[in-house]
Amino acid sequence: MATTDVKVIGAWPSPFVMRARIALNIKSVDYEFLQEQLGAKSELLLKSNPVHKKIPVLIHGDKPICESLVIVQYVDEVWASGPAILPSDPYERAIARFWAAYIDEKWFPSLSGIARGPTDEAKKAAKEQVVEGLALLDDAFVKCSKGKAFFGGDRIGYLDIALGCFLGWVRVTEKTSHLKLLDESKTPNLVKWADSFCADVSVKDVMPETDKLAEFAKVLMAKFKAPPPS
Amino acid sequence: MGGDEIVLLNGWFSPFGARVRIALAEKGVTEYELKEEDLFNKSPLLLERNPVHKKVPVLIHNGKTICESLTIVQYIDEVWKGKSPLLPSDPYQRSVARFWADFVDKKVYDTMKRITRTKGEDQERAKKELLEIFKLLEGELGDKPYFRGDEFGLVDIALVPFYSRFYAVETFGKFSIEAESPKLVAWAQRCMEKESVSNSLPDSKKVYEFVLDVNKKLGIE
Repeated sequence: MATTDVKVIGAWPSPFVMRARIALNIKSVDYEFLQEQLGAKSELLLKSNPVHKKIPVLIHGDKPICESLVIVQYVDEVWASGPAILPSDPYERAIARFWAAYIDEKWFPSLSGIARGPTDEAKKAAKEQVVEGLALLDDAFVKCSKGKAFFGGDRIGYLDIALGCFLGWVRVTEKTSHLKLLDESKTPNLVKWADSFCADVSVKDVMPETDKLAEFAKVLMAKFKAPPPS
Repeated sequence: MGGDEIVLLNGWFSPFGARVRIALAEKGVTEYELKEEDLFNKSPLLLERNPVHKKVPVLIHNGKTICESLTIVQYIDEVWKGKSPLLPSDPYQRSVARFWADFVDKKVYDTMKRITRTKGEDQERAKKELLEIFKLLEGELGDKPYFRGDEFGLVDIALVPFYSRFYAVETFGKFSIEAESPKLVAWAQRCMEKESVSNSLPDSKKVYEFVLDVNKKLGIE
């Protein structure tokens, strides 16, 4: 199967881009990684994702696929002979999709809110939401993993990817905001899972080092705080 | 499938619940218990089965709980896979369908809510955004009868329930959606010719009254 016709438009710090890369790694698919520059979107990106103009975009042949979780499902379905990313049982798939949607709609915005909240109060509320969310996810882990190492069982799956991609940013947030988010006393299962996830062969080369990400976060915050271009 | 126990926790006003009802109807699943929820007085069953969001719809299938309307619709498609597939079989076409269903989810409801809950500049901005969203959707629809082509599918199901809100949005916003987005309205009317859709969507005037009522309860003028 030709794999040189697979490209990912993305950026190394983006957790959403990481989802696409992990999925391709699980399936042992080679791809060309086209990195976007911060602050200047490429022609290819704007052409491939005119609706949202966001990364990641997977380009397979000449077809663009957008939205990270849509990409992960596409990869799972196209390279069906590789290890399965989504569970095969419809109910287990529904559970994985439910929590992935929760992570994207509720949990991740709270994580961003810890650093970007407009007031100290807002930041505190965001932190509480993140911690609460992690407790829910810890429970979900127990149910989904059924005693195995990952949400997906013996191997990483859809929900592992959906949540695990944020671990770099969780660690950066803990460092820069002087907080503990993944707490052994509160979410022991997730703490253990986080280490297993980051060490996984499909993940370790695409998960950025915390220090490098923290440096990038400083650059990003400076840009975020800067007055918007007129 | 004999012996299935299906309960749907729903609200007659909910476009998200309508998605599930349409999907079940498309699959020929008519034997289920429909439990009406009151937004302002949620049942213990709802709070127990959807503790995270406390929202409708919730599908309970043989004791198993599934929440989030598009997740439920995909579940229904996968369980009752013998009849009327809601997604195409080609992975790329499936990714296109999921992308647009996700787009509808991210944009339509919130923008409509802003039109019915704000005034002045905020409302004008929301109206403009809604029409832009509809333009994009019309672009994706093109000349096809349904978003998927000749067959009714996921994106149609995701979007058509909002048709019953058009009257409310037009009345609050004092504009005509049909004048600005005629293709989309034509598509919606085409969908309404399907029994699965017309039986699942509430009456537009009733929805308008409902929105007025909710606004009053929330203290919005």
